[in-house]
Order: sequence, then structure tokens, then C-alpha cells
Amino acid sequence: MNALFEYLLRLGDDSLILGHRLSEWCGHGPILEEDIAMTNLSLDLIGQATSFLKYAGEVEGKSRNEDDLAFLRFEREYKNLLLVERPNQNFGATMMRQFLFDAYRKLFFERLVHSTDSQLSAIAAKSLKETKYHLKHSSEWVIRLGDGTEESHEKMQSALDDLWKYSAELFYQDDVDEDLIENGIIPAVDAIKGEWDVLVRNVLEQATLIIPSNNWEQVGGRKGIHSEHLGYILAELQYMQRAYPGMKW
Amino acid sequence: MKEHNIEVLERDFQAKIDNDIKIEPKDWMPDEYRQTLIRQISQHAHSEVVGMLPEGNWITRAPNLRRKAVLLAKVQDEAGHGLYLYSAAETLGADREQTIDDLHSGKAKYSSIFNYPTLSWADMGAVGWLVDGAAIMNQVPLCRCSYGPYARAMVRVCKEESFHQRQGFEIMTTLAQGTAEQKAMAQDALNRFWWPALMMFGPPDEDSKHTKQSMDWKIKRHTNDELRQMMVDITVPQAELIGLTIPDPDLKWNKEKGGYDFGEINWDEFWQVVKGNGPCNKDRIETRRKAKENGAWVREAANAFAEKRKLRNTKKAS
Repeated sequence: MNALFEYLLRLGDDSLILGHRLSEWCGHGPILEEDIAMTNLSLDLIGQATSFLKYAGEVEGKSRNEDDLAFLRFEREYKNLLLVERPNQNFGATMMRQFLFDAYRKLFFERLVHSTDSQLSAIAAKSLKETKYHLKHSSEWVIRLGDGTEESHEKMQSALDDLWKYSAELFYQDDVDEDLIENGIIPAVDAIKGEWDVLVRNVLEQATLIIPSNNWEQVGGRKGIHSEHLGYILAELQYMQRAYPGMKW
Repeated sequence: MKEHNIEVLERDFQAKIDNDIKIEPKDWMPDEYRQTLIRQISQHAHSEVVGMLPEGNWITRAPNLRRKAVLLAKVQDEAGHGLYLYSAAETLGADREQTIDDLHSGKAKYSSIFNYPTLSWADMGAVGWLVDGAAIMNQVPLCRCSYGPYARAMVRVCKEESFHQRQGFEIMTTLAQGTAEQKAMAQDALNRFWWPALMMFGPPDEDSKHTKQSMDWKIKRHTNDELRQMMVDITVPQAELIGLTIPDPDLKWNKEKGGYDFGEINWDEFWQVVKGNGPCNKDRIETRRKAKENGAWVREAANAFAEKRKLRNTKKAS
């Protein structure tokens, strides 16, 4: 197994699946301005997925392009975090999911910019700019809704309670990471956990939300063991490529 | 106000219109001019927003990453158009919330084309090519509309619409040059969208109740039938170029008029869809109504938070 290829799938799939989830909001946002904002987030993430998967195809060297990788793998071959495949539920839950992810992604990209791999460093630099804006947007909504009305507070607390157990996987590390870390290609994610904690706790405190006491960690995505939701995402995502194999669009 | 004064105001207003001087929000204008514009601009805004739905229907199923990104960007543009149009309506004193409630109650209309379903990927091509194509035909003259804010909004909208139209035609071209299945998909989409796209210009001139006054006020610059003819004349050669057939057996070049003669439009279908009996009318409004209803707690919370923050800041200051 090529570790860099595997790692690029993890990065690409996180962006692809979260981008897909956000795109489900299009036309259904709570206000027109947020409809536009979520479409923007989705566009950025689909763009990142394209960059990571294109590079993954080059690294793999089996002439698969970004579309082959995005549309023609099976469920067990997707390596995204469980967090990003969680259903949208309501706008608050979507923003909470986004916030937990953005906080990690920003810290991660800040370090990935220094990768010894020039392609990765370039993708990281572009993505970091986008992610800083995403984090600002999602933090503001978490605070606004957490500290808004009683109803919004309850909704946000319940979203946090539901999503918290998926946050541990953000810092998942295995033998895929080891060599890449040693060669300075990727940063060690466990090293950003401390900073993530401070950032997240600070925002949640302003949002008057309480981190759940249950610290169960649900992982699996990085190994391709997903929730039941991913299959349905892929059924939609892959529909055209599966129904009309090998055609140009 | 004295009757004499109103006469003067009306005369000055019409003089501005006649001399192609734009009417601006703070200028005096006849009440019917204001109401006509509010009706037209808010209908236009609603059309942009409801129009997000048939295309949004294919975002999660777009066939590749590039098409997905382009479609997302396109639907996002439409939301943006909706926003500036609601703002343009607000310059005339319309209230955005009230305008949206009128849409949801069925009081306000939107373009009937969006009451047709998008059933295949090729519909993304047909909608861009024909629906945005017809929209451009309608909107380019609106860049010269007598009301300043609407005319200026249209300049930007038209630039984006022209990109939308081209991407739609590009989808159709790709399909038409593809496999037999893809070509059939493109032809089927053209068959379903052709006539509804021609209906987008509104009823024939003799039945159009708003046209004459709107033309006198230079809100409208061409009649419905003139615009429809332009659309047919531009689109037929495009279809021929990519090898698709316009679903009209009566379509024929008329050398004398320098344009195409085309078959009769089913106006009964048009009026049925306007009245609410189109294939998707109920679903579209229900979707928009639900989006608003499901977002109510978000808007309330955002307001409550803004209030709290203001209070805290005043406390800090004192």
C-alpha cells in the first residue's frame, strides 16, 4: 500500500463527503444569505476534494483521475471521517459539525503548508485561506445559536452531544501516518489536539454549551468502516457514473 | 397634495421617462408605476429563488466533479440574484418578509417554467440553454429599464445569466456528441422544455394586460411576441448545430419576415400552470415554505443574540 495515496484519499474524502452534505442544503437554507454561504462552503470543499483526489491518482500511478476516485470506489474504500457523513439534521447541527471539523482543518492546514511535498503544501496554502473563513463562519453561528434563545440553545447542546463522540477521530493516527510524518510530508495530528481543545472549548464556552461527560470515541472511517449513511450518500453521488459507465459528461 | 401639483409631478415624471433619464428611489413616481415595478421585481426575485430548486435537484447527482462545481456555482448565483432583486424591490418600499409570505400564500407569482420537473441530467443542459436563454432575452432590455436600481441590478444579472446559458448549451453539446443514450437524453430534455421555454415570454400580445402601460413607462422595451420570435430565431440554428430536433412539426423558415414560423403554443397548458396546476407547483411552494418554517428558530435566535450583545455592550460602556 502506498501511504501517501492512502493519506490523500483521507483528505480528499473528508472534503468530498462534507461538500456533498452541505450541497444538500442548496435551496433549503434558513435564510437566503446562509443558502449562499453553505453553497460556498460546499464549492470550496468540492474544489479541495478535486485537488487531493487528482494528486492521489497521480501518486497511485494507475491512470485513475479525480472523477474515477470520487465516483467509482466502493464504500469500504472511502476513508473519510465518520463526522463528515453525519446527516445535516437542522441548520444548528450542520454548523456544529462544520465547526468541529473546521477547527481541526485550520490547525492541520497551517502545518501542512510546511510539507516537504510541494504539491501538498500548495493545496494546503489555498485550502487554508478558505478554511479560515469557514471556521469564522461556523464559530459565529455556534456562539449565536448556543447563546440565542432557549430553543436554539437546546438544539445546539443536543447537536454537540450527538457529534462529540466523532471528534476523537479527527486525531486518529496509524501506520499510514508514521512514515509520512517522519519524512515531513504531513504533520502529526495528535500534536494539534491540544490546540484544538483550547480553540473548541473557548468557542463552546462563549456559546454557553457544555462538553458531554460521556467521552466514548467512535472511530472507523479512516479504515473504511462507515456508518449506514455513507451508502446512501454514494448511491446519489455515484448514480450517473454507475448508470452510464464510461461516458463523458 | 393639490391636483395641480400632481399634474406637474406627472408631467415631470413622464418627461424624464421620455428623455431616458432614470427614475431613482427618492424621485416622485405615480403609484401604479411603483406597484407595477414591485410586482415585477418581486416576481423576478421569487423566480430566481424558486428556480434554485429544479437545478438543486441534480447537485448531489452531478456526473463529475467539474459539473458539480459549476452547477453549485450557478445555483448560488441565482440565490444572489434573488437577494439583489429583493433589495431592489425594497427601494420601492416593499418589505422582503411580506413579499416572501405573498409567494408562500400563492398571492405572488413566479415564472411558471420552474413548475416543470427536472428528470434527467440533460435537463441541467436544457434549463441552462433554454430557460436561461429565454431569461436573458427578457432581461437584456431590462438593463435599459426606466427604474435605476432595477436596470443596474440587471446589468450584473445578465452577465451571469449569459455564463449560465453557455454552460447549459455546453452540457447539451457534450451529450449530443456522446453515446446514443446520451443523445436520446438530450433530445428528450429538449422535447420537454421547448414549449414551456417559449411560454416564458408570457401570453400573446393581444392577451397581455400589462404590456402597453409597461412599454409607455419604458419598464418593458419589447412585447412578449417580439421576444418569443427572437428566442426561436436564435435557438433553432443552435439546435441544428448540435444535431437536435426542435419538437415542432410546423417550424419553417419564413424568408419574407426573416424569421421562423412556428407552431401554436398550448395556452391552455400555460394558464393551467399559472393557476397552480403544473406538475410541481405545490412541491415548489411547499419546499420554500418549509425552508422558511424550519429556519424560524435560527432567525429568532440570531435576533435574540444580537439583542443580548447590544445590551452587554451598553452595560460595558456605562
